[in-house]
Order: sequence, then C-alpha cells, then structure tokens
Amino acid sequence: MISRRMMAVYGWLLLLPAISLMAVFTHWPTLTTFYHSLFTTGTVIRSSSFAGLGNYERLLQDPVFMKVMGNTLIFVFGTVPLSIALALIMALWANERLPGKGLLRLAYFTPTILPMIAVANIWLFFYTPEIGLLDQILTSLGGSGHNWLGDPSTVLWCLMATTVWKEAGFFMIFYLAALQNMSPELREAAMLEGTSRWMYFRRVLFPLLMPTTLFVLINSVLNAFKLVDHIFILTKGGPDNASNLLLYYIYQNAFSFFDTNYAATLTVVMLLLLAVVAVLQFGLLDRRIHYR
Amino acid sequence: MFGRFKAFCLAVVLVFAGVAAAQAQTTLTMYYPVAVGGPLTKIVDSMVADFEKQNSDIDVEAIYAGNYNDARIKALAALRSGKPAQLSVMFSIDVYDLIEQDAIVPFEEVISEKDRDWLDSFYPALMDNGKTLGKTWGIPFQRSTIVMYYNKDAFRRAGLDPEKPPRTWEEMAEMGKKLTTGNRWGLMIPSTGYPYWMFGALCKQNGQVLMGDNGKKTYFADPRVVEALEFWRDLSGEYGAMPSGTIEWGTLRKNFLEGKTAIMWHSTGNLSAVKNKADFDFGVAMLPKKIQRGTPTGGGNFYIFKNTSKEERKAALRLIKFMTSPKRSAQWSIKTGYIGISPAAYKTKALRDYLAEFPPAAVARDQLKYATAEFSTFQTGRVRKLLDDAIQSALTGEESPQEALSKAQKRADQLLRPYR
Repeated sequence: MISRRMMAVYGWLLLLPAISLMAVFTHWPTLTTFYHSLFTTGTVIRSSSFAGLGNYERLLQDPVFMKVMGNTLIFVFGTVPLSIALALIMALWANERLPGKGLLRLAYFTPTILPMIAVANIWLFFYTPEIGLLDQILTSLGGSGHNWLGDPSTVLWCLMATTVWKEAGFFMIFYLAALQNMSPELREAAMLEGTSRWMYFRRVLFPLLMPTTLFVLINSVLNAFKLVDHIFILTKGGPDNASNLLLYYIYQNAFSFFDTNYAATLTVVMLLLLAVVAVLQFGLLDRRIHYR
Repeated sequence: MFGRFKAFCLAVVLVFAGVAAAQAQTTLTMYYPVAVGGPLTKIVDSMVADFEKQNSDIDVEAIYAGNYNDARIKALAALRSGKPAQLSVMFSIDVYDLIEQDAIVPFEEVISEKDRDWLDSFYPALMDNGKTLGKTWGIPFQRSTIVMYYNKDAFRRAGLDPEKPPRTWEEMAEMGKKLTTGNRWGLMIPSTGYPYWMFGALCKQNGQVLMGDNGKKTYFADPRVVEALEFWRDLSGEYGAMPSGTIEWGTLRKNFLEGKTAIMWHSTGNLSAVKNKADFDFGVAMLPKKIQRGTPTGGGNFYIFKNTSKEERKAALRLIKFMTSPKRSAQWSIKTGYIGISPAAYKTKALRDYLAEFPPAAVARDQLKYATAEFSTFQTGRVRKLLDDAIQSALTGEESPQEALSKAQKRADQLLRPYR
C-alpha cells in the first residue's frame, strides 16, 4: 500500500517539471487572456474598466472580424486537404525504387527548411505583376498578366498556394516514415490475390496510414491557423482585408492599434476554435482508426 | 560559445563603464528606426559618436529599433518596464498615441525662452505633424515627401518632351495613356503599405485635407476627397494608364527600374537608390496639381519622454539640437535623400554643392511649400486602417469611392467621438 502511494508521489514528482512549465507558459496565460478579454483597453489617461461581454458584442458588430473569420475558414479548408493529399502522393512517389530517390526527397523537403519570411520574399517576386515569374511565363505563352496579389478575388488563393507549397513537404516526411515501416508481406499477399494497385492502396495501405493521417491532419489544421508570417511580406492583409487571417488580425489589434484587450478577445475566439477542432478530430476520427 | 563569451565580457565592460559614467555624466538612451534599411544605421551611429566627442559629459546609447512600428512598440514597452529611453526618433504620425499614453513632453516644457527661435527655424510643413493641441511634441529629423519619378527615355519614345513632366491631373492621365504600351504601363501609384499617404497627396491637390481639429476629426466623405479617389480609380479603368487592382509598394521601385512603368509616385527616400540603379535617363518632378500642388510629408520626428529628470531633458535637447543642426541635416540629406529640415541646411556649402551637381534632390524641398501633414488622428492605427481599406476597396472595384469613404467616415466618427 505504502509502496503504491510512494509510486504515485514518485510519478507526480517526475511530472512536476513539465506540469509547472505548462502551467506558467500555457495555462496561466490562457486564463489571463480570458480575464483581459472582459475589460476595455486602458491608456494612461483613460483607465481600463470592466466591460463584461462588451468586447464579445463588439466582435459581432465588427465587419472586419466577420471577413477575417470567413477568410480563415476558406484558408483552412483549402490548404489542409490539399497539402495532405500532395504529401501522400509525394511520399508514395518518393518511396518507390527510383534512381535519384535521395535527390527527389530532398527536393520535396526543401520548402520546409526555408524560413517562411524568406519564402514569402521569393513568392512576392513570383506574383508581382509584369516583372514576376508567373506573369512572365503567362505572357511568353501569349496570355496576359494578372495582378495576383492586388485583386481581392485571387489574393487569398495565392497565399494558400504558397502555404501548400511550404507545408506539403513537411507532411510528406511523416508519410514516408510510415510507408517505410509498412511490412512488405502485405503487398506481396495482395499481389498474390491479384489485387489492383488502386485497391491495395484503398483497402490496405490507406487504412494502415490512418494514424499518420490523423497526426498530420491535426498538425496541418493547427499550422493553418498559426501560419501568418507570409502575410507580413506578401499583402499585410490587403487589399481591403481580402487576405486578412485571424492571427494576423490579432497582431494588428495588439501591436498596430495597441488595443490589447480586444486582441485578447480575438485570441479567446481562436482558442475556442482550436479546442473544437481538436475535440472533433480526436472524438470522431480516433474511434475509426486502426492502431496496431 | 565564443560569441556568447565575448558578449558576456562586453556586457561586463559596459556595466562598469556605465557605473563609472553615471558618477559624472548624463546617460541617454535613444531608439531610432530605419525605414529604408542598409547603411543608415552607420550614419546615425557616426553622428552620435561626433556628438559624444564634442559633449564629453553626455553618454548616448543609440539603439536601432527596426522599422517605425517596431521602434514605437519597443519604446513603449521600455516605458512600461520602468527602464525607459529618454528620447527617440519615432514616426511623426505616432504623436497622438504617444500623447494618449502620456509618454512624451511638449518641447515648450523643455526649452528656455531663447530657444523659441530654434523651434521656428524648421520648415513649417515639417512641424505640422508635431504641433497639436497648442504644443510642439516632435522635432523633424528623417523626413520625406512624395515625388514623381519618370523615365525620360520612355517619354522620348512616346514622342513626349522629356523635360516637361505632367503638371496637372489631366496631363498626367493623358501622358500616362500615351506612355502605356504592350509591355509598359504609363503610371503606377502604390496602394499597399501606405495607401493613405499617396491619397493624402491627391486630396491636397484637390484642395482638401483628410483630418483636422487636433486629430479628432476626419473628412473622408468630403466631395473633394471622393473626387480624388474617383480620379485614382479612373487612372486604371477610364484612362487605362495604370494596372487595375492594388499596386505593391515593396516591388514598385523594381517595376520602375525595369522599365515596366514610365512614371511612379514614391518617397524621396528612394532617390539615392534609384540614382544608383537606373540604367536609363530619369527625372524627378513635383506631383501634379488639380486645384493646387500638394503632398503629405512623411518620416520620423524626435520625441522626449516624460519620465525623465531635468538633467536628462536638457541633455536630450542638446542632442536633438546637434542632430538637427544645419550642418548635420545637410550631411544626412546628402547621404540618404531625406529632406534637409531647415532653410539653413540648404544654405550650407555641402548641400548647395550637392544640389548643383544633382538637381533632382531639390525637388522635395521646393515641394515643401505645398506640403501638408501626414494623416494622423487619435486612435491613429485604427482610423488609418479604415481609410486604407476604403481606398483599396474602391481601387479593386468592390465598392464605389462614395460608398467606401462614407462607410469609413461613419466608423471613424464612432472611434473619435469620445475624444471630442
């Protein structure tokens, strides 16, 4: 009995460093963020006052917030499935016995190594009208150029393309690792049965990859909310908020407008969104996944 | 590891130096931003070093703090942490934010009676942003205006006189049309990054400023303001002289240098870069007029922080006087392309010689007569974004200028009402 209790104490002691770090850097800031979202932003001249849910009401009346939420949803639903699909295809391709396989893997992984700010600076000159790579290719093919980042109907898609390009290589690594752990007997058995390659992929390979897919899915959704570095370089959220995303809007409120409490309110919304996504993913998908 | 050790040694030395200095000297910390990057930090550092040589009782720590926004965030963060700077160069349009944070003192509280003349020695247009609520809060340092850069070779090819850049809106639109060919646009006015700045020029040219009443009022829905935005939009649609959609601030200079646009509106701060990189004959001209000529000023001012001792304020004032003296201002202007901030600076031999050798550098100064303050109000970040969004939404054809500007005016009123 005593030894069991000792074991429990021992266990908690082992957990203590991690728990205290989490508490100081994650849980406590989360609570204070929520607390701050209930107050108005004060200045030296005008002090902060309790606003209750006033900041949340303000959210609902803020047209920019509505637009930003719409953009964020499009961004998430656009980039996540595409980067996962691309990652899977690239991994299947890079897993084949090909000459120059190492080079191929390196090429796929390169975008992941580059810092996002550098990537954005490169892509800025791809998208720039007239002198940009994209326009030069288009005009040399006889087409006409387009003001990619200056047109509200294309700007968000441009940001998404950059993000997919950056992210897919990273997720490919996980798929590649999973594929290399796959036992070759499965494939041989399927071949003996005369299964087509597509059937083998759909019925055997893909279900066995599901744990990886869940992991990648969670990461890519989180990243889609977190990745805003390129907005600083490419568009600053413009034109007219057409490419403004939630996290960038939080930054603008906190550091351009110094409205820290409204920024805290927006942060609470973001945390709630992420919590809902996480619960959905673990709750719904986890049960249907086959772990070995 | 070695780097860290070196840094540690340096820190130790600095601490001891600081302790030693504190006994007899006033130590000043100053943040300054650089908006155009590169060797400008070296120029500031060398000017500060010169000042220290001449004033052995003052020790200045000049800290490069990134762009204007970073400088403001760092200075305000230092203020809150209780280890504030004594003075800083910050964006001239930050003045209302700084006043509202109770961060700065007006110069009237720092200077003595006989310094009054000094306050009047600068170009009045450059004092506009720093003067509000009856006081002077900022002294001009790195200041610019918008000018028109044009490609003389393109003018010749289009059969236009390269010595006659457009003087009016109509001329600019007509010439822009003529200059537009299959692979070159006639004109580009940037509309990302600082759309409100370019728009301030168009409005002033149409005889209307954008804000007033000590930063508590905006005039977005004024008919002349709406007309200015209509003209900007029509430059691409009706006249076909400019690409549609927004035009990127960051890549515009490259567009001009590669001959993809014959005319661009840009900051004078780009003059040295264009001069060094253009492989064609280019000219610099004042912006055209509708009713009158006009441009907003731009750039950074010196501010003195409130949380300072009497000695520190005096020392800060001496530093500011040194940095803004005609000789230093001339030196600064030649090396960067920023404007010399006082008429006296243009009387120095150095700057006179430079203008004789490179006349385009005089355009910005001559244009100062027509200049107005850069857009700045209380809640300036938010109000400015309303204006930026309205401009972009009109230029991309999402809303009409009238709709977009009326909406922005309504929201600006909501934000500014508590201050009136």
